[in-house]
Amino acid sequence: MLSPSDFLSIPLDDWVNSLVRDWLVPNFRPFFRSLQWPVTQVLKSLTGFLGATPMVVFTAVLSLVAWRTAGKGVALFTLLALCFIDAIGLWPETMTTLAMVVTAVFFCIVIGIPLGVLASRSDVFRAILRPILDIMQTIPSFVYLVPIVMLFGVGMAPGIIATIIFALPPIIRLTDLGIRDVRNDLTEAAVSFGATPWQMLMEVQFPLALRTVMAGLNQTLMLALSMVVITAMIGAGGLGLTVFTGLGRLDVGGATAGGVGIVLLAIILDRISQALTEKRSVQSPSLLQTMRGFFATRRPVPLEEPERAG
Amino acid sequence: MTTKISAKNIFKIFGNNPDQALGLLQKGQSKEEIYASTGQTVGVDDVSFEVAEGEVFVVMGLSGSGKSTLVRMINGLIKPSAGEMLIDDIDVASCSRDVLRRVRREKVAMVFQHFALFPHRTVAENVAFGLKIRGVKPDERRERAQAALEQVGLGTRGDSFPDELSGGMQQRVGLARGLASEPEILLMDEPFGALDPLIRSDMQQELLELQRSLKKTIVFITHDLNEALILGNTIAIMRNGSMVQIGTAEQIVSNPADDYVAAFTRDVDRSLVFTAQSIADPAQPLDLANTDATAALAHMETHGLDAVHMVDHGKLAGIVTYRDANTAVRDDVALKHIMQEDMPTASAETLLVDLYPLAEKGLPIALTDDEDRLDGVVAPQAVFAQLSNGKQ
Ligand SMILES: Nc1ncnc2c1ncn2[C@@H]1O[C@H](COP(=O)(O)OP(=O)(O)OP(=O)(O)O)[C@@H](O)[C@H]1O
Ligand SMILES: [Mg+2]
Repeated sequence: MLSPSDFLSIPLDDWVNSLVRDWLVPNFRPFFRSLQWPVTQVLKSLTGFLGATPMVVFTAVLSLVAWRTAGKGVALFTLLALCFIDAIGLWPETMTTLAMVVTAVFFCIVIGIPLGVLASRSDVFRAILRPILDIMQTIPSFVYLVPIVMLFGVGMAPGIIATIIFALPPIIRLTDLGIRDVRNDLTEAAVSFGATPWQMLMEVQFPLALRTVMAGLNQTLMLALSMVVITAMIGAGGLGLTVFTGLGRLDVGGATAGGVGIVLLAIILDRISQALTEKRSVQSPSLLQTMRGFFATRRPVPLEEPERAG
Repeated sequence: MTTKISAKNIFKIFGNNPDQALGLLQKGQSKEEIYASTGQTVGVDDVSFEVAEGEVFVVMGLSGSGKSTLVRMINGLIKPSAGEMLIDDIDVASCSRDVLRRVRREKVAMVFQHFALFPHRTVAENVAFGLKIRGVKPDERRERAQAALEQVGLGTRGDSFPDELSGGMQQRVGLARGLASEPEILLMDEPFGALDPLIRSDMQQELLELQRSLKKTIVFITHDLNEALILGNTIAIMRNGSMVQIGTAEQIVSNPADDYVAAFTRDVDRSLVFTAQSIADPAQPLDLANTDATAALAHMETHGLDAVHMVDHGKLAGIVTYRDANTAVRDDVALKHIMQEDMPTASAETLLVDLYPLAEKGLPIALTDDEDRLDGVVAPQAVFAQLSNGKQ
C-alpha cells in the first residue's frame, strides 16, 4: 500500500526534542525554576499550617465552615468523612493533598481571574486566549508531564504547576462569561453615573459575575483534585502517591484506601464550594438553631428568613 | 432663560465606516439606500435643538426613531458621528474622558426604562451609587440617599432589595438614584414605559409635583403623545432619525408640521392641550362708575353680546346680562342692582377641560390675571365648539 510515509517522514519527535532539550532547557531552565519559588512558598506555609493543626481542631473547623455555607447535612458528612479518613490512617496524606490542591487553586485564582477580566474586556485578547485554553483542556494531562519534568524537574512544585495548568481554564472562561453576561443596562447605568472602568469592575461587574466565577472555581477545584494521582507520577506526595504506589505494588487495599480518601475529600470540597456558588450572601441560622435542628426531627420554630430570589 | 443643552447638527451612524455614510447622506441618499449599499444604519440624522434651563423637553416618536440614541448622546454613552452636543459650553461629543466623566458625575443623571437597578445592592445603596462613585463619604452618602428616597416617597424602604419592590416603586428608586447626586440635568429614557397605565399616570403627576420644586432641566423620552403633552414644556417629534417638529403642546396639536405629526395628534384630547387663551375674545368691559343700564344695553347691542363684564377701578366687579339690562331700563333700576357678582372666572392658562363646567352656566367666562384685571372673555359656545372640533 502506498502511504505518505514512503515519500515524506517528519521527524517531529526530533524537532521537539531539540527544541526542548537544546534550546528551552539550557536557556530557560533557571527562569522556569524561579517560577517554582512562589509555589513552593505557598505550599510550604500551607503544609506547615495544616500539619501543625491537630486533627480534631481541623475537623471541627471544616465542619463548621461546611455548616455555615452548605447546611447541616454537609457539615455532618464532613465530620464523619474526616473521622473515617483519620481512622484508615491517611490523615497526613490527606493534609498533604489538601495543601497541594489549595495551593494550585490559589494560583489558579490569582492568575485566572485577572485573565478572565481581561478577556471580558478585549475581544482580541479573548480570541487569542480561547484556542490556548482549548488546547490546555484537550491535551491529556500525561502528555505535558514530560515537558514539565524537563523544565521544572520532579517533586511537589512541578506537580502543582502541572495541576495549575490543567485546572486553570474553567476559572478564566467563567470569569469572562460572568462579566460578559452582566446586563447591558446595568453597565450602562454605571457608566452614566461616571464610573471609571475600575469602579465598574469592582462595583458592578465582578459582584454580579460572582456566581458564575464561583461556578468556575468549583470546576477548577475539581480538576485540581483529579490531577492528584497523576502528579504523583512526577514525585508529588499525598493521597495520589498512596494510590500510585498501591497500584505499582498491586496492593489493592492501599490503592483503594487512597482512592476513598480522594473521593471523600472531593465530595467535601465540592459541596462546600457549590454551596458558596449558590448562595447570594451567606446568611445562616444561628448555632443554637442548627444544634436544635440536629437533634429535633422537625424544626420547632422556622425562624429562618426566606431566601431571597436570585 | 439660559440654554442648558444645545445640540448642533448631530448625526449618528451605526456601522464601521460612518464617514462614508455621512458623505452619502450629504449627497442626498436616503437611509434605506445607505443601508442597502453599505449596511450602515443612520440612527440620528442632522438633529439640532436647545433645551432651556429648568424646562421639561420631551422627545417623542415611534419605536426606532432614534430617541434612545439621541438621549444617550447627551451624556456621551453614545458618541455622535458628527455634530456638537453642548452642555453648558462643554462639548460632550469631543471632550476628554475625564471631562466627560466629570459631566456625568456632576451635571447629568439618567433614569432608565427598565430601571437598571443593581440587584446585588439595597435600595439605599442603589440610590447612593452616584455619590459613591464620586467618592462621597459613607455617612453623607447615606444621609443624602435617604433624603432622595423621601422625596420619592420611599423613605422606609432603604434596606429592601430592588427585587422586593413593585415596578412603580423600582422606578421611584431609579428616580431617587438620579436625584441623589443633585444633577442639573435629568435624562429619562421612557421611564414609565414599563409601568401599567394607572401607576404610570401616578408617576407622571408625581414627576410634575417634584419638578415644581426642583426645577431641573429634564429631557424626557416617550412614545406616548398624551404623556408628552402632560409633562412637556417643549415637545420634539422624531421620525426616522430626524426631528420633524419642535414646539409647545399647543403649537404641535394646532399646527402639525406634516402628516406624521398630524397622525399622532389626531387622537389627542384637545381639551388637555389648549388653554382658555386660545379661544378668548378681547375683553370689552364697561366701567361701573360711569355707565347706566341704557348705556350697557346699547353697548351689548352694538357688539352683539349676551352679557357684559363690569369693572370697578380696573378690577373685575361683576357681569350684567342683556335680559337683566333690558328689565332694568324698563323698570328704571340702577345698574348696580342688576349686576351679578357671582360669575364664572378662569385664567388665561386654564385648560379647556377645566373650562367645560364653567361654560355650562351659559355666561361668558371672564379670564382674569393675578390682580383681578380682565384679560379676555371666553364665550361658552366657543368652549363647546373647540371640544367638538377636536373629535372629528
Ligand atoms: N448599537 C446599534 N447598532 C446598530 N443599530 C442601532 C444600534 N442602536 C440603535 N440602532 C438603530 O438605530 C435606530 C434608532 O434606535 P433607537 O434605539 O434610538 O430608537 P428608539 O426611538 O429609542 O426606539 P424605541 O422606542 O424602540 O426605544 C434603530 O433603527 C436601531 O435599529
Ligand atoms: Mg429607546
